[in-house]
Amino acid sequence: MIVPFGHVLLLAGILFALGMFCALARRNLIMIVLGIEIALNAASIAFVGSALHWKSIEGQALVLFILAVAATEVSVGLAVIVYAFRRSGSFDPNTYNLLK
Amino acid sequence: MTLYGLLFYVIAAVIVAATGIAVTRRNLVHAVVYLIFSFLGSAMLFYLLGAPLLAVLEVIIYAGAIMVLFLFVVIMIKPESHGEMMFSLSQWAPAAVFSAVYVVVTILMVASAPGTEAPLAMLWASPREFALYVFQHHWFLIEVVSLLLLVALMGALRLGKGKGKSQVEVEL
Repeated sequence: MIVPFGHVLLLAGILFALGMFCALARRNLIMIVLGIEIALNAASIAFVGSALHWKSIEGQALVLFILAVAATEVSVGLAVIVYAFRRSGSFDPNTYNLLK
Repeated sequence: MTLYGLLFYVIAAVIVAATGIAVTRRNLVHAVVYLIFSFLGSAMLFYLLGAPLLAVLEVIIYAGAIMVLFLFVVIMIKPESHGEMMFSLSQWAPAAVFSAVYVVVTILMVASAPGTEAPLAMLWASPREFALYVFQHHWFLIEVVSLLLLVALMGALRLGKGKGKSQVEVEL
């Protein structure tokens, strides 16, 4: 016996909220991508807990795909950030006003 | 409370604390290092919840590859944080309100949903079982993921080698 399933969900919810806060409120493109990583990790925790709750291995299989998507997202995202930094010299999303 | 329950709460507290510190750091290197702690805690949690292969993958991919990639970018272009760390409050206050509502609703939902108070049993998915399941039921998705990774590699290469007019390099 470990803990009630609800506590695992609560932990995942708190982590997701922290990741969302980081993605929404921080004024730095790298921190925004980090926030998305935290949120994806929270989803993984919820999936693994659900796999244990319903005794089905399907949830664990989905975490594998979340890992792949996170790796893809971070590689392309960081490449775009480096590109944007070279073009504009800043990480602040507020300064990207080329179309203004 | 059993030993496993105690371990769960200790690991959960460490994860939440490390993540909370990470999202409020001004120095990006500190944030990334705290997040590595958080992801190592998640790996321990996966192991506790009966997913040893995923725990290993979490350490290798999340704490290893992804965070090192972040560190490389941070070190490579040394982003100095000027001015405000956060957006102005009026910009993200609506988002914070919605997030707070979401958290409250989630807590109420989890507390009232039937079955969530039942304790989880210890169960263990060996890497062999897991791999057999994935390759028997999701072999097509595995191929799609490999294609996705290939496209990401090509996209990152294309963006990284772009020789566009770069303002920063011209200034240098």
